[in-house]
Amino acid sequence: MFEAIAFYLFAFLTITMFYIAVTTSQALYALSALAAGMIFISAFFFILGADFLGAVQIVVYSGAVMALYAFGMMFFDTTREVKEKQGNKAIIIGLSTLAALMVVVIVAAPIVGNNIEALYPSVDATKNVQEVGMVLFTKYLVPFEVAAVMLLVAMIAGIVLAGKKMDLSVTLMNEAEIMMMKEEDKNKKAHS
Amino acid sequence: MEIGLHHYLVLSTILFAIGLVGVMRRKNLLMLFFATEILLNAVNISFAAISHYYGDLTGQMFAFFVIAIAASEVAVGLGLLIVWHKKHNNIDLDNMSTMRG
Repeated sequence: MFEAIAFYLFAFLTITMFYIAVTTSQALYALSALAAGMIFISAFFFILGADFLGAVQIVVYSGAVMALYAFGMMFFDTTREVKEKQGNKAIIIGLSTLAALMVVVIVAAPIVGNNIEALYPSVDATKNVQEVGMVLFTKYLVPFEVAAVMLLVAMIAGIVLAGKKMDLSVTLMNEAEIMMMKEEDKNKKAHS
Repeated sequence: MEIGLHHYLVLSTILFAIGLVGVMRRKNLLMLFFATEILLNAVNISFAAISHYYGDLTGQMFAFFVIAIAASEVAVGLGLLIVWHKKHNNIDLDNMSTMRG
């Protein structure tokens, strides 16, 4: 009973938040709605008994990813209204049909896969974190290490891409130096 | 009232459709990134639900790796976006046609 109430409440909240994130023309509203939706999604993980996944969802998505987006938005002009694309009707109709077909496949999949047996069956639902640790560090050790290396590569790529000219500080320079830097930038843009 | 696997799968499909609509109608690249996050999260819900209803931890493992990939995608993507914005002063998708043949 409580599970049903929680499910429908959080389903409504998540759909509303993501709908706002997709349709609003203000970038800041979209960011806030997306962050709220991420937290509501972690509620589903807690309902499903995947405690560790829910905690990771809150930490990684609402903490790391959303903070990264918030920092990234400082570089962009977010007060300007987002212009929408007037899309090609045929493409939109085709993709919508594809999405509808996908609904049928997704709903039919559990019926087809009724004879699936658990590969790594969970023994006791109360100790989700320990089970996750056991499976992650035995069966999925190699993917785990590869994911760690991939995150390191992504971090270095982010620093290299975004960190150009980060050694210059506008607050520590005097007026003449700032003007000179602006002139140089203008010349560079004119040349390229 | 029992909440079954189908409820979660239908919810996941609805969220995925919302994300698809976002990918289709957005022109701003930052908004496109948001829509991509919605798509990944919709898939994560169905992974966790299947993992719960079949008593199998593999679904949760896949959800972890999806989260890791999403995090690294955001790091690299935002870096590229900042570089593009510094150079061209906008992040509209329609202006990125330098690679067009």
